[in-house]
Amino acid sequence: MAPRSATPVPMILTVSDLAVAQGGMAILEGLSFDLAPGAALVLRGPNGIGKTTLLRTVAGLLPPRAGRIALPAEGTAYAGHADGLKAVLSVAENLRFWARIYGTADIAPALSAMDLQAHADRPAQTLSAGQKRRLGLARLLVSGRRLWLLDEPTVSLDAASVGLFAGAVRAHLARGGAALMATHVDLGLDEAELLDLLAFRARPPAAGQGGGFDGAFDGPFDGAFT
Amino acid sequence: MLALLLRDLRLATRAGGGFGLSLAFFLIVTVLVPFGVGPQSERLAAIAPGILWVGALLACLLSLDRIFALDREDGSLDLLATAPVPLEGVVAVKAVAHWLTTGLPLTLAAPVLGILLSLPAGGYVWLALSLALGTPALSFIGAFGAAVTVGLKRGGLLLSLLVLPLYIPTLIFGAEAARRGTEGLSPATPLLMLAGITLGALALLPFAGAAAIRAGLR
Amino acid sequence: MSIWEYANPKKFMETSSWALPWVTGLAVVTLLTGLVWGFFFTPDDYRQGSTVKIIYIHVPAAMMAINCWAMMLVTSLIWLVRRHHVSVLAAKAAAPVGMTMTLIALFTGAIWGQPMWGTWWAWDPRLTSFLILFLFYLGYLALWEAVDDPDSAADLTSVLCLVGSVFALLSRYAVLFWNQGLHQGASLSLDSKEHVSDVFAYPLWTSMAGFVLLFLTLVLLRTRTEIRARRLRALEARERMA
Repeated sequence: MAPRSATPVPMILTVSDLAVAQGGMAILEGLSFDLAPGAALVLRGPNGIGKTTLLRTVAGLLPPRAGRIALPAEGTAYAGHADGLKAVLSVAENLRFWARIYGTADIAPALSAMDLQAHADRPAQTLSAGQKRRLGLARLLVSGRRLWLLDEPTVSLDAASVGLFAGAVRAHLARGGAALMATHVDLGLDEAELLDLLAFRARPPAAGQGGGFDGAFDGPFDGAFT
Repeated sequence: MLALLLRDLRLATRAGGGFGLSLAFFLIVTVLVPFGVGPQSERLAAIAPGILWVGALLACLLSLDRIFALDREDGSLDLLATAPVPLEGVVAVKAVAHWLTTGLPLTLAAPVLGILLSLPAGGYVWLALSLALGTPALSFIGAFGAAVTVGLKRGGLLLSLLVLPLYIPTLIFGAEAARRGTEGLSPATPLLMLAGITLGALALLPFAGAAAIRAGLR
Repeated sequence: MSIWEYANPKKFMETSSWALPWVTGLAVVTLLTGLVWGFFFTPDDYRQGSTVKIIYIHVPAAMMAINCWAMMLVTSLIWLVRRHHVSVLAAKAAAPVGMTMTLIALFTGAIWGQPMWGTWWAWDPRLTSFLILFLFYLGYLALWEAVDDPDSAADLTSVLCLVGSVFALLSRYAVLFWNQGLHQGASLSLDSKEHVSDVFAYPLWTSMAGFVLLFLTLVLLRTRTEIRARRLRALEARERMA
């Protein structure tokens, strides 16, 4: 967890006392961290702990169960398990679409950063899994957002591509960006800090303490049945 | 927004995009009707406006589940929901793209298929006009239904169950306008009602659809 | 003391467990009174004979079919605006009851229509509207079944109920425009007694009250079941986490 600093540098992401829920049950609670420009935070924890749920909550796809998330005004760039590629469009067409959605113009630097220039005119369906993943990550580069939210970004990447991706993240951080990612691979980012989510696992509510039905109600719910 | 519209049009017209499938379905339904009711041209002429409207509606229904299901599968919908575009706009643009690739071709094809059903000469204009006014409502209602059922198991079947009752007013006014026009009566009232439904659907359903997508992504 | 207190499931369960026996008893008494009075102590209609007596089921069922959807609309809106779970669960609980009422109205109408109009079914605006209403109930219930996450299901069905209400109303007018029908006008209205004489009206009012109470009983009972089912789900989830 990044230490709270008193410096006047405005944080890119501030999460305070966040609880995230899945299927109506809180799974992580009491999360507080922030990301300064240039900072990266790697989420760790066993499968099912809630890394994806946390990232989707920060991205705004899920409502937080409790707590606050302060995001940059322009929003975030989220990369989930699926790359959002259209098989019949070419690499350049796919990327140009996202560039226009995010209101940025140039896709050439992103293509070269992910070593995809040679494939620019190939339909995305002919790419290998790793190449597709690289194209999905190139979308982050054209998003122009300062905060990247990455869910297992290195899945199906080979060692060279992982290095390529680590370089892109490092360059993003050097430009004053920030990244929150869930990954098991060591990206070799010295500046990245680790956050083990195991410590924030939500405790099941004790009997008589209300619990799962919803926090929307005051008082114990169990009483209604006894 | 324009980028999204262009992408959806491009996807629909590329190979495997399903463009033309609705048209082919419309043609086959129209061809099947005389086999069912008999080839007498008076009988066909009497039911032609209604059959063409029902056929266009079913052909429209056929392609609805593609509006959001494909984007949901490949993750684009998640990314669009986090992108700096309003989800209401995404729903509206996708409905427009659906209309351009389905409703508009159906409208243009309907008069041609009218020949097969011995549609009386006076009916062609009114048939095309009623379809042109009504099919946008079909696309927007359908986009709402697709938004509600996106990501559900057996979503396609459920989609038909939800959308078809919503199509009833559009079908009634559309077919009535075409029928009255064909019989030489004034189709003004049903046409105005049809235009009203379309405008109402255009104005309100993107908001309902966006709310449904947000709930569905959770 | 605000009405929103009953949005607390605990409070709702307490109050409803106290009220349910009374409402049930009242429903049985009122319904039996209305039906027995209507069936055995009213004269036969001079034109329709004893067939007319089906009115004591047909009209109240038709009324509840529509009122049930109106109730679902209100409770769905309360869910969307104030996120009270009991509210949306009440809508879910009411839907099968409303659907059954619609079916009863359609079937009794067919049984009544056969001797009167000489046909089981006609595409009369009222009959058609009820058939359409039945389709809306069907879609609403199917959507509840199809969504796994209860909160998403609540949101989706509430939005569908809202949009469906608008289109159901539109369908009503579209159908009127499309076909003027056989069906008689409303049998009862508050300001005129011209349709039905008092000797028929009083037992009819009584069975309508009986149907309202029956509806209330069933919805209370079913809402309690739905709340318990949600509670069970939550307890199971807690078990898994522990």
